[in-house]
Amino acid sequence: MNSLNHEAPMWEDAFGISWLDFNLSNVLMMFVASLIVFILGVAATRNMQRYPTGFQNFMEWLIDFIKGIIGSNMDWRTGRLFLPLGLTLFAYIFVANMLGVITNGVVGHTLWWKSPTADPGITLTLATLVVVLSHYYGVKLRGGKEYAKGFVRPLPFLLPFKIIEEFSNTLTLGLRLYGNIYAGEILLSLLVGLAATGVGGFIGATVPMIAWMGFSTFIGFIQAFIFVMLTMVYLSHKVSEDH
Amino acid sequence: MQGFTESLVLGAGGLNIGDMIIQLVFFLGLLALLGKFAWGPLMNMMKEREDYVANEINTAEKSREEAQRMQREASEELKATRQDAQNIIEDARKTAGQQERDILESARAEAERMKESARQEIEQEKEKAVQALKDQVATMSVMIASKVIEKELSQKDQEALINQYIDEAGEER
Repeated sequence: MNSLNHEAPMWEDAFGISWLDFNLSNVLMMFVASLIVFILGVAATRNMQRYPTGFQNFMEWLIDFIKGIIGSNMDWRTGRLFLPLGLTLFAYIFVANMLGVITNGVVGHTLWWKSPTADPGITLTLATLVVVLSHYYGVKLRGGKEYAKGFVRPLPFLLPFKIIEEFSNTLTLGLRLYGNIYAGEILLSLLVGLAATGVGGFIGATVPMIAWMGFSTFIGFIQAFIFVMLTMVYLSHKVSEDH
Repeated sequence: MQGFTESLVLGAGGLNIGDMIIQLVFFLGLLALLGKFAWGPLMNMMKEREDYVANEINTAEKSREEAQRMQREASEELKATRQDAQNIIEDARKTAGQQERDILESARAEAERMKESARQEIEQEKEKAVQALKDQVATMSVMIASKVIEKELSQKDQEALINQYIDEAGEER
């Protein structure tokens, strides 16, 4: 259990404001993930050709992949709006998930390098952003009246459930991602702890470690996919005519 | 152990408002920057390629139609030419037949004419010869008769008589 006693590099009561706390490792990892995604995105599209090669091909495949997710949920005419959102969400979450799979960095007793998505606050922020966006686009694309009517459809007594649903959607969307990635990191750090106990522990931990890293990569991809998929589902509930 | 449970429930640090604000700012910033520098150009390029392909297909379709039209025209042209050639040959053959007939006709007419003129000439010659013979026979008869019957008939009477005989003789012939 030693590995779980790592401390977070907290900066509490920042600027003397009592409720403002920063986990500096999260801040660092968010910055790293954003930077990687940005550099990859720009590098892939810096030298574009009509006949795509190499990296551009990959990015176009990614666009088609996200297009497929959107297309399975809503009409492409409205869905086109959300393509940049879906792409950015997918790329950011996937890279963030992978950062913790590659390695967990500990300096002294402080955990600095991990997945930013292994923190509930961060995943809930993303989930809240998505749900708030779905409401915003619901009003913007269908008008306030239609948006409000959506809450009493198909039957008026469903109104309280519909309202609860909005909050539960936010919670499940954020916590699903957090739970998967955090569990992966816990097991990885347990295995690292086992490997650190001695020669026997190292040998015993190597194979499960490799297997679990592979599985975590898979999970990281799947969770990014699910997050984007559910984002589009929630958006389509709000913006599509036939719901 | 309580710390472990707590960290399992809420993660290493729990919910930090600061993290949330920073995540929101980072994500929106990333969304804006990527939209401007990566997705925008990439999607434009994909759109452009789509248009290009559609355009190329249209062009190909058009030139295929054009080629078909030209081929049809060419085959019609060929057919017309072949028809013309056939007509010309037919004409030539007809003209040649006509000429052949004309030549034969005129040759035959010419031959006929020549034959006719030859016959007339012969007739004339014969007429002349008969006339000459008649004259000569008359003269000789007169001479003979005058020698035979010099005394009984005058020259004049004898001649008339002989001519009468000769005419009779000539008519019987």
